[in-house]
Amino acid sequence: MENQKSKIGVYICHCGGNISDYVDIEKVKNLIAREEGVHLVNNMMFTCSDSAQVDIVNDIKENNLDGMVVASCSPKLHLLTFRDVAKRAGLNQYNYIHANIREQCSWAHSDKTELATDKAVRIIRAAISKVRLSETLEQIEIPAINTAVVVGAGVSGMRSAIELADQGTNVYLIEKDHFVGGRVSQWGKLFPTEEPGENLVERLYHKVKERENITLFTGAEIKAVNGSVGNFELDVHITPRYINGMCDEAIQDQVLKACHAEVDDEFNFGLTKRKAIYKNYPNAYPETPVVDMDLCDKCGECLKICDGRITLDQKEENISIKAGAILLNTGFDPYEPKEGEYGYKQVDNVITLQQFKRLIESNGDKLVYNGKKIRDIAYIYCVGSRDAKGENKHCSRYCCTSAIHTAVDAKTKFKNIRNYHVTRGIRTYGKQETLFTDSSRQGDTYFQFFEGAMPTVENENGKALIKVKDALTQNEDIEFTADLVVLVTGMVARKDENLVNIFKVPVGSDKFYNEIHNKLRPVETVIEGLFIAGGCQSPKNIRATMASTLAASAKANSLIQSGMIALEPIVAKVNPELCEWCGACDDLCTYNAFEKVEYEGKTVAKVNEAMCKGCGACTPVCPTNAIDVVSLSDTEIETMIDSFVRDVEFATTTTEEKADSFAEVVDFEKQVRVLPELSQRILDSLETEPKAIPDIAKELGVAADDVLYHLMSLRKYGMIKDTDEINEDEYYLYELKK
Amino acid sequence: MSDYQPKILVFSSEKISDPAIDLAGLLKKHYSPLVYNITLQCTSSVKPRWILHALRSGIDGVFIASDGTDCAYRSDCSDLTNKSIAKAQEVMKEKGIDLSRVKMAALCSVCADPFVNHMKSFSETLANLGSIKNEIGQKDG
Ligand SMILES: Cc1cc2nc3c(=O)[nH]c(=O)nc-3n(C[C@H](O)[C@H](O)[C@H](O)COP(=O)(O)OP(=O)(O)OC[C@H]3O[C@@H](n4cnc5c(N)ncnc54)[C@H](O)[C@@H]3O)c2cc1C
Ligand code: SF4
Ligand code: SF4
Repeated sequence: MENQKSKIGVYICHCGGNISDYVDIEKVKNLIAREEGVHLVNNMMFTCSDSAQVDIVNDIKENNLDGMVVASCSPKLHLLTFRDVAKRAGLNQYNYIHANIREQCSWAHSDKTELATDKAVRIIRAAISKVRLSETLEQIEIPAINTAVVVGAGVSGMRSAIELADQGTNVYLIEKDHFVGGRVSQWGKLFPTEEPGENLVERLYHKVKERENITLFTGAEIKAVNGSVGNFELDVHITPRYINGMCDEAIQDQVLKACHAEVDDEFNFGLTKRKAIYKNYPNAYPETPVVDMDLCDKCGECLKICDGRITLDQKEENISIKAGAILLNTGFDPYEPKEGEYGYKQVDNVITLQQFKRLIESNGDKLVYNGKKIRDIAYIYCVGSRDAKGENKHCSRYCCTSAIHTAVDAKTKFKNIRNYHVTRGIRTYGKQETLFTDSSRQGDTYFQFFEGAMPTVENENGKALIKVKDALTQNEDIEFTADLVVLVTGMVARKDENLVNIFKVPVGSDKFYNEIHNKLRPVETVIEGLFIAGGCQSPKNIRATMASTLAASAKANSLIQSGMIALEPIVAKVNPELCEWCGACDDLCTYNAFEKVEYEGKTVAKVNEAMCKGCGACTPVCPTNAIDVVSLSDTEIETMIDSFVRDVEFATTTTEEKADSFAEVVDFEKQVRVLPELSQRILDSLETEPKAIPDIAKELGVAADDVLYHLMSLRKYGMIKDTDEINEDEYYLYELKK
Repeated sequence: MSDYQPKILVFSSEKISDPAIDLAGLLKKHYSPLVYNITLQCTSSVKPRWILHALRSGIDGVFIASDGTDCAYRSDCSDLTNKSIAKAQEVMKEKGIDLSRVKMAALCSVCADPFVNHMKSFSETLANLGSIKNEIGQKDG
């Protein structure tokens, strides 16, 4: 171990009140200043702000600091930010240690501020003791294959493959179904472009096929994964189509007719049947139909007609592929209501929105369901969404828009239908609001119910009777009959335990795949090299799907394209003096990281840094305690424990002193200009006159949300105040507190 | 229930259980402020001597938030961690330290509620046992 660090800088963040509202920063600062090795302690309103970062860099340089502790939010958010600060200041990034005093202190203990302050001191002390012992380390470089596996060839997966390929990454695109396009090919006209989903799928498919560095596998499922970031190895099972290449269209039609085996057509959500030899829809891609071997009884009828392309004895295959990164784009399932939910599967004319979409597509110029002409249609909203007490608490976001869009589309196609919308309050956010106007203009009727009083659907003489307590007419009980009830169902996570088990992808309480951080790292998972995008992450329309898809593609490409990945040097290390080569560590390590080497006349274990993942599982099994994980050695852990238990001795402060100290901090904050740049610009803008948030946002060319956030912090610090005045749009004005 | 406020040391893992502890804070779900956390890569690396050091230094209980089957490194992470715990407990038994002062449970990355509930029940168990100092003091001389 190198000499202990003795010139440590400690930076304590107020986080605009998120920490300092609950932790007495001034007290913490005074106590920390007395710790061994601490050269200076500074508190800052936002440590992560650009100006604060510059101040820290200057501090480190001017004072020749040899260690740094930042006490702020979770390191999951800003570890990289401050490592970068250390690097800019010429300090080794591993001589900086982070202390989490927000998520694990001020927020968790906002109910007990004195004890939160006490805990903050202990957490920072532990970080200081760790930094004192910290070594100067370099990252380990490992080779990465510039190939990505994209799982799922819906619009998200295909777009991802195209993007990655254009950035120079080879792509294996793995689709479970025999046809590409996912859900979008099922929806007919899409909002807002009015382009049929099939066309969008067709365009993307051709782009995929044009690129030589994309290999598409359909009927393909991942069975196992080995290795890790940079070098994953995947076992893929491929079910063949049992048909070789495209056949003549006329023959294809005859073959489809000749096949006698039938099953409910999943593509049409069971509204129709399909044969054992089938295509999802006539224009589905790849063009060649497929034989469903689970259904086919090998009667041989098709073989009599076909020109030799059908080969029922094709074999299933298992292939192995290698990739540096994996992107999951496996989409979602539309919610399937429970039997009896609003009469589903009990009252004849109750169907789901997804079924209605297929019904519109498969009907000519008249709308017919179960042989009956449809005139009056009732849409019941939020089925399988916003269920506070049930499984699906989330709003699926797409469904209000989709239901109204579908109703407008249906009315355009089938002139004499009438639409009745039974909603829980319409959420056609953003530009989608114009649809609502179109629908109202064409004469659609709207009712609204609340969660406590749900509408009901019953059978009445072959029609559906809908009863609703309508909030729009002062809770009047309204009853009407409809020929068809469309349940506006939400989006739920795809039932796919398999992938969760194989990849160990974390899932949230809503069962969708979970990113590292909703705002800051929205497409990465805790598993390095594994990314998520599109409908498998949360309910999304195509626009939001594409935004996350492009982000994930860019992230994956930038990780592997250089052929090298820098890994943390946090690996196991064997002390050869203590090792007596017993092989226990070698037996235990599943990553084969141990080698046998000679050391001063004896055989000892040595860790191969590129193979070691740093899990540390080997460390407790060594009988001579010869193994430690770098930065988590016995000494480091044990001194951290000592720092936690050592008593914190506060001098008692009176309420007046507290108030003075707070005023001092505010003063201090004002003086030292640690304000984020935007806060400062807002203050400058308010110099001239009081202003409202949207006006400030417009003037500074930034988002209103950002202005709001900074404004609230400035108000908390007594630097601005709200006025009673409003502008012409009825927004309150804020002014400087002089 | 006793009024004693026990100190708890948590060993968590960087990728799975530590995010759950963060999430508890983010959601302002409260637990005892005498809970301190050391984040490791994987809890299978906890050495029995760390557990013993903590107890000897005045930590009343050690809670290991393992990743269970979610562990990104090893599917047997909880089994391995259990082995270290068992070794520590052998020594604890010898020294007359109550074995329930060390506890392991698997947490997923969004297990904020389970974490808080574990902290509440573990605090209660430890409060009833009283200070570790008494236990070590009495029995170990
Ligand atoms: C009724 C309805 C109407 C909609 N209308 C619109 C609209 O008008 N405009 C709009 O913008 N959005 C609309 N949406 C939303 C749109 O459907 C989604 O944004 C889009 O489908 C998301 O694309 P995706 O590729 O992420 O998922 P998906 O479309 O679900 O595709 C996922 C693909 O992954 C494959 N897959 C799944 N699991 C595996 C596996 N284990 N291995 C290999 N492959 C796998 C699937 O077979 C599928 O091909 C609508 C949604 C619904 C429910
Ligand atoms: S377990 Fe310890 S003693 Fe045995 S070979 Fe590994 S490092 Fe050496
Ligand atoms: S730390 Fe984990 S990966 Fe590294 S040598 Fe030990 S057991 Fe193997």
